[in-house]
Amino acid sequence: MDNVYLSHNNILSSLGFDSFTVIDSIEKGNCGLSVYNDNKVLHVPFCSSRIDPRELQNRYEILGPKTEHTRLEKMMLVSLYDTISKSNVTLDERTGLLISTTKGNIDVLEEESSFPEYRAYLSELGDQIQDFFGFHDKAIIVSNACVSGILTIAVAKRLIRQGRYDRIFVVAGDLVTQFILSGFNAFQALSLESCRPYCNSRTGINIGEVAASVLVTKNPSELAPESVQIMGEASCNDANHISGPSRTGEGLYRCIENAVLQSGMEKNDIDYISGHGTATMFNDEMESIAFDRAGLSRTPVNSLKSYFGHTLGASGLLESIIGMHSLHRNTLFASLGFKELGVSRPMNIITETTKKDINVFLKTASGFGGSNTAVIFKKV
Amino acid sequence: MEKPYYIESFSHVNNGGVSVNGTPAFKTLETDFKSVMKAAYKELGLDYPKFFKMDNLSKLGFLAAEVILKDESEKNIAIVFSNRAASLDTDRGYQDSIKDATQYYPSPSVFVYTLANICMGEISIKHKIHSENCFFVMDEFSPETLSSYASQLMDENKAEKVLCGWVDVDNEKYDAFLYVVAKKGTFVHSDAEINRLYKTTHEQ
Repeated sequence: MDNVYLSHNNILSSLGFDSFTVIDSIEKGNCGLSVYNDNKVLHVPFCSSRIDPRELQNRYEILGPKTEHTRLEKMMLVSLYDTISKSNVTLDERTGLLISTTKGNIDVLEEESSFPEYRAYLSELGDQIQDFFGFHDKAIIVSNACVSGILTIAVAKRLIRQGRYDRIFVVAGDLVTQFILSGFNAFQALSLESCRPYCNSRTGINIGEVAASVLVTKNPSELAPESVQIMGEASCNDANHISGPSRTGEGLYRCIENAVLQSGMEKNDIDYISGHGTATMFNDEMESIAFDRAGLSRTPVNSLKSYFGHTLGASGLLESIIGMHSLHRNTLFASLGFKELGVSRPMNIITETTKKDINVFLKTASGFGGSNTAVIFKKV
Repeated sequence: MEKPYYIESFSHVNNGGVSVNGTPAFKTLETDFKSVMKAAYKELGLDYPKFFKMDNLSKLGFLAAEVILKDESEKNIAIVFSNRAASLDTDRGYQDSIKDATQYYPSPSVFVYTLANICMGEISIKHKIHSENCFFVMDEFSPETLSSYASQLMDENKAEKVLCGWVDVDNEKYDAFLYVVAKKGTFVHSDAEINRLYKTTHEQ
C-alpha cells in the first residue's frame, strides 16, 4: 500500500502568516493570546488569538480576487495560496481539495452581515475555494466538531489509499464569532487569562482563530524538507455523552491503541505527544486517564492551545503542522503557563522548550459528540 | 485486489413516511417535522425518552438508524454520514437567541446541537458503538466519497460494518437515507446501486 505524507504547509495566525514565522515565534516562547474588548463578539472581555484584519486584507488583495469573499474564505484562500505555491503541482483530476471546519461562515447569520444567508452552507464555502484556485473536483468537506482538523488528515490518507486521488490539499479554518463565544460562555468554560492546559491552576478554555493548510501526498517527489509520514490513525466514539468527555477516557484510549497497532510501531517509539489540552477540568482529566491507560504517562506532552487557544476545526491540523516542524527542528515546545500538574494521573508535561532528537509524534484530539482521533507521524 | 462489499439493509425517512429495505414501516399525513417524529416514535414503539431532547437533525438520524439497527448485534460499526445543511437548522435558532443584547439567552443545551456530528454521537450512545465517525457536507446526495471512505474502513479492518448515508433537515424539509455496508448482503456496494436505493422511495 502507498505511504502517505504531509508536505508543504501554511499557518495563518496571530503569530504570523506562514509556518516558518509562526514556528520561529513559538520557539522563542511567544504566546498568540491576548485580551480583547469587542462587544460585537461578546459583551464581556475575552482572551483569544485573532488574525490581524488589515494584514489579512492586504495579503488577500495581492491574490487579485474577482469576487467578494467572507472573512473565513479570505483566511483559507491566503493560507492555501501559500501552500499551493510552495507545492508546485498541477491542480488536475488527480488532485483533491478537502476542507475542515466546524462552523464555516456562521457569521453570515448575524444581522449586520453583508453576505446573504445561503453563504452559511458549507458547500458554498467549498465552491468559493474550488473556483478561486480552479480545482478539478468539488471540495470534500468534513465537519466533525473539534476533531475535524486531525480527522481530515486521516480522511485524506484514506481517500488516497482508495485510489481516489494522488494528492489532496487540506485547508482548515474557523472564526471567533458571537455564535461560538456565547456558546462557550454559556457553558461557563471561558478563561479570561491565557489558558494553562493540564495545570492545577487552570481556569478554562480560550477560543482562537487560525487557518492552516497542508499538501497530503503519496508521491515522494512532492515532499517539503519538513515532511512527515502518516504511520497510523484511528477514531473512536466514547458512546457516553454528547457534551462531556468519557470519565474513563474510553474513546481516546481505544483510538490511541488502534493508531499504534496500524503504525506497526511500539509505544516507546513515540517521542512526543501533542495533546488536545483545552484546559477545561473535564477534558484534561480525561486525557490524563487515557494516556495513562495507554502506557504513555512518561512520554513528553504539550498542549499547543497555550499559544492560540482552541481553534476548533483548525486545531488538529494546526497542531499537526507544528508537530512536523517540531520533529525536524528536533525541538520540544513548552506547554505555556504550566506550573503544577492538575490531573489525577501522572503526565510528563514539557515545561521548557528544549532540544531533543525526536522522530515520531502522536497527535490526539477529542470533541463534542464523543469524538476522539489519534494520528501517529514519523519524520521523513 | 479490491474486496467486494455489500449493502445489507437500508432505510428512508421522508414525506411523512419511514421505510425499511423499501417496505413502508410507518406513514402519517402530518406534515410538520415535530409531529411526524412524534407519531413515528409512538407508532414504531420506540422507548427512548431522550429522543425528545434531541434537535431535529439528531431525531431524524436516530430514527433512520433505529429501524435498521434495532436487532443488530455487531458493535464494531463505523458511522459515516453526510448532508447539505450541516446543523444550520439548529444554528439559526441558536443565532436568534443571541441576536438581541437585551434578550440574550444562549442555551448550552441548544448550543451543543449546533454540530452535525452530534447526531452520530446520539446513535453511538444508544447502540453502544465505540467506532469511527465522520461527517461530510456536500450540496446534494452523492455516494462517491461515502463509498470510497466506507470501503477503506473495511479494507483496513477499522470496522466490521459501516452505517452510511444522508441525514438532512433544513427549514422543515427533511430527508434521510441510511444503509449498512457489510461483508455479506443483498445489494452490491457500488455507487450506481447506492444511487438506485436512494431513489427507491423518492420516485414513488
